[in-house]
Amino acid sequence: MRESFARLSALAWPLIIGTIAGGALVLFAGPGLFWGVVALGLAVGLIARFVSFQEPILRAPEQAEDDPLATLPPMTRVLLDQLPIPVMLLDDDERVLFVNHSMRDVLGPGLDRKRASSVLRNPHVLGAIAEARRGISTNVPFSLPVPIERHYQAYAARISRSPPVTALLLHDLTVVKRSEQLRADFIANASHELRTPLAAVSGFIETLRGHARDDEAARNQFLDIMGVEAARMRRLIDDLLSLSRIEMNEHVKPEGRIGLEGVVRQAVAALKPLAAQDGTSIVVKADPEVPPVIGDHDELVQLFQNLVHNAIKYGRERSKVEIAIAQADGLVSASIRDDGEGIPPHAIPRLTERFYRVDVKRSREKGGTGLGLAIVKHIISRHQGRLAIESRIGEGSTFTVFLPAARPEIQAKAALPEPVTEML
Amino acid sequence: MTEHTVKSFGEQLEALSALVAQMGGLAEAQFAAAIEAIARRDSVAAERAVGGDARIDEIQQEIEDRALRLLALRQPMAVDLRETLAAIKTAAELERIGDLAKNIAKRALVLNREPPIRLTQSLARMGKAAQNQLKQVLDAFTSRNAEEAEAVWNRDGEIDEIYNSLFRELLTYMMEDPRTIGLCTHLLFVAKNIERCGDHCTNIAEVVYHMVRAGHLAANRPKADTTSETSVPYETHA
Repeated sequence: MRESFARLSALAWPLIIGTIAGGALVLFAGPGLFWGVVALGLAVGLIARFVSFQEPILRAPEQAEDDPLATLPPMTRVLLDQLPIPVMLLDDDERVLFVNHSMRDVLGPGLDRKRASSVLRNPHVLGAIAEARRGISTNVPFSLPVPIERHYQAYAARISRSPPVTALLLHDLTVVKRSEQLRADFIANASHELRTPLAAVSGFIETLRGHARDDEAARNQFLDIMGVEAARMRRLIDDLLSLSRIEMNEHVKPEGRIGLEGVVRQAVAALKPLAAQDGTSIVVKADPEVPPVIGDHDELVQLFQNLVHNAIKYGRERSKVEIAIAQADGLVSASIRDDGEGIPPHAIPRLTERFYRVDVKRSREKGGTGLGLAIVKHIISRHQGRLAIESRIGEGSTFTVFLPAARPEIQAKAALPEPVTEML
Repeated sequence: MTEHTVKSFGEQLEALSALVAQMGGLAEAQFAAAIEAIARRDSVAAERAVGGDARIDEIQQEIEDRALRLLALRQPMAVDLRETLAAIKTAAELERIGDLAKNIAKRALVLNREPPIRLTQSLARMGKAAQNQLKQVLDAFTSRNAEEAEAVWNRDGEIDEIYNSLFRELLTYMMEDPRTIGLCTHLLFVAKNIERCGDHCTNIAEVVYHMVRAGHLAANRPKADTTSETSVPYETHA
């Protein structure tokens, strides 16, 4: 009723105004055909203006019926969209009617009107949706193994019979699953890797209790070795703990805006004493135009500490480590170049595997835990970056980290969800 | 989307495409279960992967039947013809991936009866790389994205490189200790199967590219698998 009245008045007002204006002009300027035509033009112009600006007049009624969510109050829609729980609404053809903000984060953009089987694919979830359409609410586990492992419990339920709408909700269980897996991994790794140094230490304790009890020279030598082994165990535990911590948060996108040069310089400063011991010089070259990256400050410092530490460790004595920071195609890159012995090509694809060592003996001598690059890989993966490794035997290796550049601040503000500002 | 004179034709094509996506989902789940079985020594996941094959074969049959009916009754042209063809070809590749996943899972059942060996972690990592390829190429298929397909096609070298490295390491193991030959042979086949899955993904990438662009990706894919020419010299240890 109200709508049709609005439509009528929208058309009527310009007509009335046009006629009055035309009539007034005719009265004042005398009866002339010229002014009559002008008045008519004015009226037509006004009609056109109102018709084009008032969309509801033009919208065909069947279009509204086509969208079963048209009856949804705008506030409910905003609430659904802002909900931190991924939500998807589907019609009876299993076509996507609505996806909220969180669901787009999970499945990516461009989901509207697609079929559920195209955007979800997972057979268990599709089964649950089919069940829900028949009126049986179900929940099934749903995992996305790549690129970063995520685990959900998917709930599907019929929420409206006419128009037919099925809802799919995801409950994020990543943190729970992860802590479970990490605990198991941690125990397995720790018990396996700690066994060797522990065996050495206990062996020396045995000897010290036995025939070396009164031999002072041997005692001092053994205590030195025990000290080294204990230090190795401590490093190993430190690395395992920080790896677990990083893996725990790998699925959480970092939020800080970080200047890479500062981070690199901080990492280098921490390693200065070590470099001085080896007589290694570290040179940092940074393009001053480089934009900041989205990242976690502490993790990025650790990332570069590990890479620079490796460069010092595996470079020649009195050598040079060169670090260059640059930008290209929306990415910020930092490359760390050493002039060490290089890495054989068959080892390169596996360097970031935990406990993988190119040369086990050498790594032990240098005090490596076999976890440094695994930590690097997980930090980069959390930052949605990439690691490139180039190496030539006898000439040295270059490790280049690519991280996505942060967008300018103004744009970041504009990306705030619009509906909310509208509501307020 | 181009408008079709007979509306139901467009719907039939779309349903065919959705069926391929669904089959892709099944292949993904089966492959994921197989890798899970290797990575976590999970025999339940392995059994699941071995049993998942039947449904995939069923859907492949259905895709072929529907595509054939479409070809016979509608005689599609241009992009419609390519889409129909792509459905048949992709289904065949996915069926092979399902078979390979089943084979990996069967070997996982054997491996899980043996003492744990660290190399399974390297295999799991390689498996993750292949899983990523499969996901990306199926995403490219459903979103009709030629660039994404091309990226998958170019990325296959990474899996090949891990395969080369594992191949060498396994050979070295077997030479050092002949008692590991049984175990290592299974690992070698698992690695080979994962590498084959990667190759099937690049095949799908070619199909997707052709479907969208009507052209072919360059004939020579950057191949990095050199194991067919690799030998590790036998050294007698003192």
